[in-house]
Amino acid sequence: MITFLQQLINGISQGSAYALIALGYTMVYGVLGLINFAHSDVYMFGAFMGYYIANSRVVQDRLGGSVFAAIIVMVAAMALSAGLGMLIERFAYRPGRTRTRFTLAFWLGILGAVFGDLFKHSVMGVVAGAVVGIAVGVLVELAGIHPVRQDSRLALLIIAIGVSLFLENGGQLVFGADPKFFPEIIPSTSLNVGALNLDTQKLIVLLVAIILMVLLNLLVHYTKTGKAMRAVSYNLDAAKLMGINTDRIIAFTFAVGSALAAAGGILVSLLYPKIDPLMGVMPGLKAFVAAVLGGIGNITGAMVGGLILGFAEVMAVGYGSSTYRDAIAFVVLVLILLFKPGGIMGKGTVEKV
Amino acid sequence: MKRAVFWVVAVLVLVGLQMQLGNWIGPYYYKIVILTGINIILAVSLNLINGITGQFSIGHAGFYAVGAYTSASLVTYGESSIRGMVEFLPRMGQDAVLLLLGILVAAISAGIAGLAVGIPSLRLRGDYLAIVTLGFGEIIRVVILNVDAVGGARGFSSIPPMSDFFLFWVFLFVVITVSVIQNIVDSSYGRAFISIKDDEIAAEAMGVDTTRFKVLSFVISSMFAGIGGSLFGHYTAYLNPNSFTFITSFYLIIMIVVGGLGSIKGSILGAILITVVLELFRSLSEFRLVGFSILLVLVMLYRPQGLMGFWELLRLKRRTAAAKS
Repeated sequence: MITFLQQLINGISQGSAYALIALGYTMVYGVLGLINFAHSDVYMFGAFMGYYIANSRVVQDRLGGSVFAAIIVMVAAMALSAGLGMLIERFAYRPGRTRTRFTLAFWLGILGAVFGDLFKHSVMGVVAGAVVGIAVGVLVELAGIHPVRQDSRLALLIIAIGVSLFLENGGQLVFGADPKFFPEIIPSTSLNVGALNLDTQKLIVLLVAIILMVLLNLLVHYTKTGKAMRAVSYNLDAAKLMGINTDRIIAFTFAVGSALAAAGGILVSLLYPKIDPLMGVMPGLKAFVAAVLGGIGNITGAMVGGLILGFAEVMAVGYGSSTYRDAIAFVVLVLILLFKPGGIMGKGTVEKV
Repeated sequence: MKRAVFWVVAVLVLVGLQMQLGNWIGPYYYKIVILTGINIILAVSLNLINGITGQFSIGHAGFYAVGAYTSASLVTYGESSIRGMVEFLPRMGQDAVLLLLGILVAAISAGIAGLAVGIPSLRLRGDYLAIVTLGFGEIIRVVILNVDAVGGARGFSSIPPMSDFFLFWVFLFVVITVSVIQNIVDSSYGRAFISIKDDEIAAEAMGVDTTRFKVLSFVISSMFAGIGGSLFGHYTAYLNPNSFTFITSFYLIIMIVVGGLGSIKGSILGAILITVVLELFRSLSEFRLVGFSILLVLVMLYRPQGLMGFWELLRLKRRTAAAKS
């Protein structure tokens, strides 16, 4: 019984991290009908930002080890990741929708910077490459070549896969391919409650996750922006006709989802401190399974799904074999798709012409 | 008659190339030519499900791995008994029997894996397939890593090499793959696949059993991936789970997207182009991947029809014009 309770707590804290990532998938799916593959890499980005901020001079010297430092790390990493989420939306997903400007300049600028680094190995090289790339991009656009307007979901899906791979490989280039160790921004001590042995870190992970989920619920259900988000996810065109600035709402949704993913990244890195640029792939996949399990597009569903998945995984490892730990999520996904494709909280939708 | 002439000419050309090509271009380029052939098989088969049926698999490397490993295990562990059964043949004939048996088993096992993955995910809309195949590709790799009979993480190294007459076999299967898939596309089955891509609901209303055709297309695609895997395993005589990560699937997607989704010629062109470019830039390692992922995004944003999309459309227009008049 004690072991079971112990495992239950492990499962819940693992599951709450999945739930945080799953929220981003489900929210973006809600507004755009798109599986945002890049989401798992935003999670990785959040963990790395947390790593760099926690190791930065300012945080180390001024605030070393205090609770305040942990909060700063968390909030700053969430803000940076929200920015990344908005950039992805602006330069990868929006151009196919509304032909936004400077798309080519943005991507060619990055490409130029990468090549500048490759051939010159200096800051000047990177800057020069970026400038050349941006200039070429702007010129091509002035010549009248714009992104093609597309309404196919497949095209968006391929773009999402491209962005995801770009972030993974860019991460290997910028952060380095070998794993790093996340600093212990919250000290780990164990609490004894009766015969139960609780790790404070796990409790803090759970606590922070619950706080963020409550905040998200307040945002979505009790603010004007939240109302607009629900309207956009209900029907994008109708929301536009009602005077809602849908582009802004979509960007905001990406920002919120990415911030939550970054929080998830930092919380998971507290429990498992090894971070590397490919760390997002498996948790991302599992969080997506959690979102489908709860009913994709449904915010409460994502939370429930994350908890169930985390619990199932910990139980399977605790009482079975840990070799196939990663296979659990996959089996769950196949079962859900076979028997209840709408998910636990999802409504059965009817496809209309 | 015309068909028979085509196959005779194809086989003769291949035999001729087999005899001479290695001497002309040297072993390094010879190897690139063989890898290009295998990539053409993979790209054209992936195009059947991703481009022609409009579903999106991003775990082609998983089926490639299933084919490679089953075929390699069969040939490694069954070599002596199979050779015993066909003792009357010369050495080269025995090799051919072994290879063909391996390819057959690879196609069947990859097809079964495709069925198992396809049935749950293809009943729903296409984007679920993407995530299920991504998961499957990773799981199959984990399974291989844990099976000791095929070497696990060390790699499968005791595969009997059969690289004597390999160019012939690889390109024979390239020709078979391309012609089978082209014929499927031109048949009523192919029309059903294309109708699913264009509008699933309309296809269903026209009496196309969409789930059945989607699964069928996926299984055929997986079978050819298995064949590609089998050829790869017997050519290199060494398999490592790291050759089958999602990066491999990603390169295949780049090939068909750059070539033009849905265009078989495009897939062939894309496979050749990307394989060669990858070899040319081998020293750039990670830079290569960053460049390619940006390329993928830009192609989808600015030219979603790829390189060959235009020509293929032109052909279709000409055909409809001919049909009208």
